[in-house]
Amino acid sequence: MTLPPPLRRMLAPALAAVAVLGALYLVTIVYATGETLLAMTILATTAIALWLYTSQRTYAWRYLFPGIAAALIFVVFPMVYTFGVGFTNYSSANLLSFKRATTYLVEETYRAEGATFTSAVFADGAKVRLRLEDADSGAVFTAGPVAADPERTVEVGAVPAPGDAPAPGPELPLKELIANQKALKNLSVVLPGGALVRMTGLHEFAPVRPRYTANPDGSLTDHEQGGALRPNWKSGFYETADGRPVQPGFTVGVGWGNYTRIFTDASLRQPFGRIFLWTVAFAGLTVVFATSLGMVLAVLLSWDALRGRSVYRLLLFLPYAVPGFISILVFKGLFNNNTGEINLILHTLFGIRPTWFSDPFLARSMLLIVNTWLGFPYMMLICMGLIKAIPADLYEASAVAGAGPLTNFFRITVPLIRRPLTPLLISSFAFNFNNFVLISLLTAGHPDFLDTTVPAGTTDLLVSYTYRMAFQDSGQQYGLAAAISTVIFLLVAAICLVQIRTTRIAEADKR
Amino acid sequence: MAIVIDKSQRWRVLAAHIALILLCAAVLFPLLMVISISLRPGNFATGRIIPEHISLEHWRFALGLPVRAADGRMVIPDLPVLRWLWNSVKVAAMSGCTALLLSTTAAYAFARLNFGGKKAALTGLMLLQMFPSVLALVAIHAIFSRIGNAFPAFGVDSHFSLVLAYSGGIALHVWTIKGFYETIPVEIEEAAKVDGATPWQAFRMVLLPMAVPILMVIFLLAFIGAIIEYPVASVLLRHQENLTMAVGSKMFLYEQKYLWGDFAASAVLSGLPITVVFVLAQKWMISGLTAGGIKG
Repeated sequence: MTLPPPLRRMLAPALAAVAVLGALYLVTIVYATGETLLAMTILATTAIALWLYTSQRTYAWRYLFPGIAAALIFVVFPMVYTFGVGFTNYSSANLLSFKRATTYLVEETYRAEGATFTSAVFADGAKVRLRLEDADSGAVFTAGPVAADPERTVEVGAVPAPGDAPAPGPELPLKELIANQKALKNLSVVLPGGALVRMTGLHEFAPVRPRYTANPDGSLTDHEQGGALRPNWKSGFYETADGRPVQPGFTVGVGWGNYTRIFTDASLRQPFGRIFLWTVAFAGLTVVFATSLGMVLAVLLSWDALRGRSVYRLLLFLPYAVPGFISILVFKGLFNNNTGEINLILHTLFGIRPTWFSDPFLARSMLLIVNTWLGFPYMMLICMGLIKAIPADLYEASAVAGAGPLTNFFRITVPLIRRPLTPLLISSFAFNFNNFVLISLLTAGHPDFLDTTVPAGTTDLLVSYTYRMAFQDSGQQYGLAAAISTVIFLLVAAICLVQIRTTRIAEADKR
Repeated sequence: MAIVIDKSQRWRVLAAHIALILLCAAVLFPLLMVISISLRPGNFATGRIIPEHISLEHWRFALGLPVRAADGRMVIPDLPVLRWLWNSVKVAAMSGCTALLLSTTAAYAFARLNFGGKKAALTGLMLLQMFPSVLALVAIHAIFSRIGNAFPAFGVDSHFSLVLAYSGGIALHVWTIKGFYETIPVEIEEAAKVDGATPWQAFRMVLLPMAVPILMVIFLLAFIGAIIEYPVASVLLRHQENLTMAVGSKMFLYEQKYLWGDFAASAVLSGLPITVVFVLAQKWMISGLTAGGIKG
């Protein structure tokens, strides 16, 4: 497409203006839905983008911006958010914001004194008609047609009707009545006397009143029970005068509360300590096993006298190439206590059927076996690369001196590849420290400890423990899980520091 | 090549072969077993590694064709395996493209342009990679459920949210592409600039076409990375028909509902293509993978 030069010069600014206007429109919409934080993020991103793509001084950042912005928004921000959540009581009991919790309570209604009506609902196209009959006096009222809305209250006036008036159409079947209950409950029928009735049962309308009204001082007056509710900013609940909390709770900051709980509350501290020890042991032993196996294989496969090395190499590489989630689940099936092929073989050969999934020691051994199977090819490849770099004349000299293969391995190979290998070993340790996929797919942390109040498994790593706490069996305690995640963050950061240091040493050696 | 050869060498070579063959057997056993199980009739079948009766019922299950139930009726399988595979491929293709879009330009800036904070930005990106997303799952879940309040298409249980969540992990890709750019002589671009090309044109018309091989590797890496990703997907996806293969596969092996044979067929169906691609492309992939370290 060719444009005349003046138009061409206008093109970029015009497009930029359109993009900015679009983004601002988006921000307005998002702000209107109440997601202030999200609106601010979009606004800030747009502003920075606008500055970077118009200023000449920030030319290089035009190339960097998309990538860095994605990393900041989807990697850094979740981390910071995790730290933040760790200082709150965010959980399934305290899920809503204060504003939403208040709105929820204010919208609650209760059934007030007054006449109740037997009701019938009739379909009229997409709308509904109502017929209400006073159970005591027998007076009949009709209302509608009116369109019920599940999202907001709709008011409709009712008029008196003769008791023997014909039905205005087919009555709504029970199934649809139940399906549309939410919308029907939002109908507020105004009786001729001015009284309001709402749906209180499938075939019943009765006067209902808002249960709570908000007062200027932040408390809520309870019309049904009397008295007032006051928000408790420590526990995150509205409380009655005698201190009884009222659902739903709201999210409040609890300061260091979650951290004090992890390290002092006995029911949490005990599993935390044991799981921490197992996590370290698991990561350490995995690295030891996978590295020793990988290193020995690398030495063997670097041996010129051995034929068919490329075939061996290809076959031994396979565990690395098969997607992890598949091989882990395959092992889950093979290790099955009753029908698994591994137990069938062990039973025919030795007459034993180890209970891999119900005995803590066996479950841990199984995890280590599977993880070694998964991890050794990587170490093998790395070691092969490092061994290739060792000058051959070193081995010549040792052969002349009459040294055997073991001496070569321990005196030449290992000392020479130890330094460059260390940073990779540390990152492998850090990876297995957080090897959530393996635990989650193979044992899911089971078998559980029998003596803890919070569900915790003998094979749980710290990460899978927090996952269970947040998303599975212990009541969605997001705040507590985030606090433990923060502790793991710090541990990983410490491991990182060590790794950076060893990398520097390894690189200094190269020069 | 060692000139001095020990007399006992022949025995040692033999011992090495035996050890390697045993190990290869241990490595291949689970893989061959799965193929075998996928062809056996029934979900609790036992037998030899080469099945005596070949039955395709599990493959029919994996492909979503009607299978004969216990009472003899033909029923449609209740686990939508092909749907999951398609979801995986969709998410993986989208995140492969996003990874390319985001990392090619960033790598260009790091390789060719000078700007303040370059070193800090590079190390920062690399450090980020060390913190696994598992640790931020609570936050990721909370953030996407809030985004979902405003844009349901990007909320929980949407594939786009998954692509967005993966889009931040580009540090390794940036690093790999940057390394490749640096092997291309600067002079070629300089020549283009002398002819009047802007830096953008030099990048777009000169450097990018030369980098196509590494870009394909990055696409593959991001593709495979998204297919095998489990933690974030398990938190963000809810409904059965929205799951990816990595999350859905878990559904086969519950205590109450143990579909071992059906799992085997689905595992071969979804795992084999990835494995083959990985083995074929290993020469290029390993260099990219070893730069950062670990298998996910």
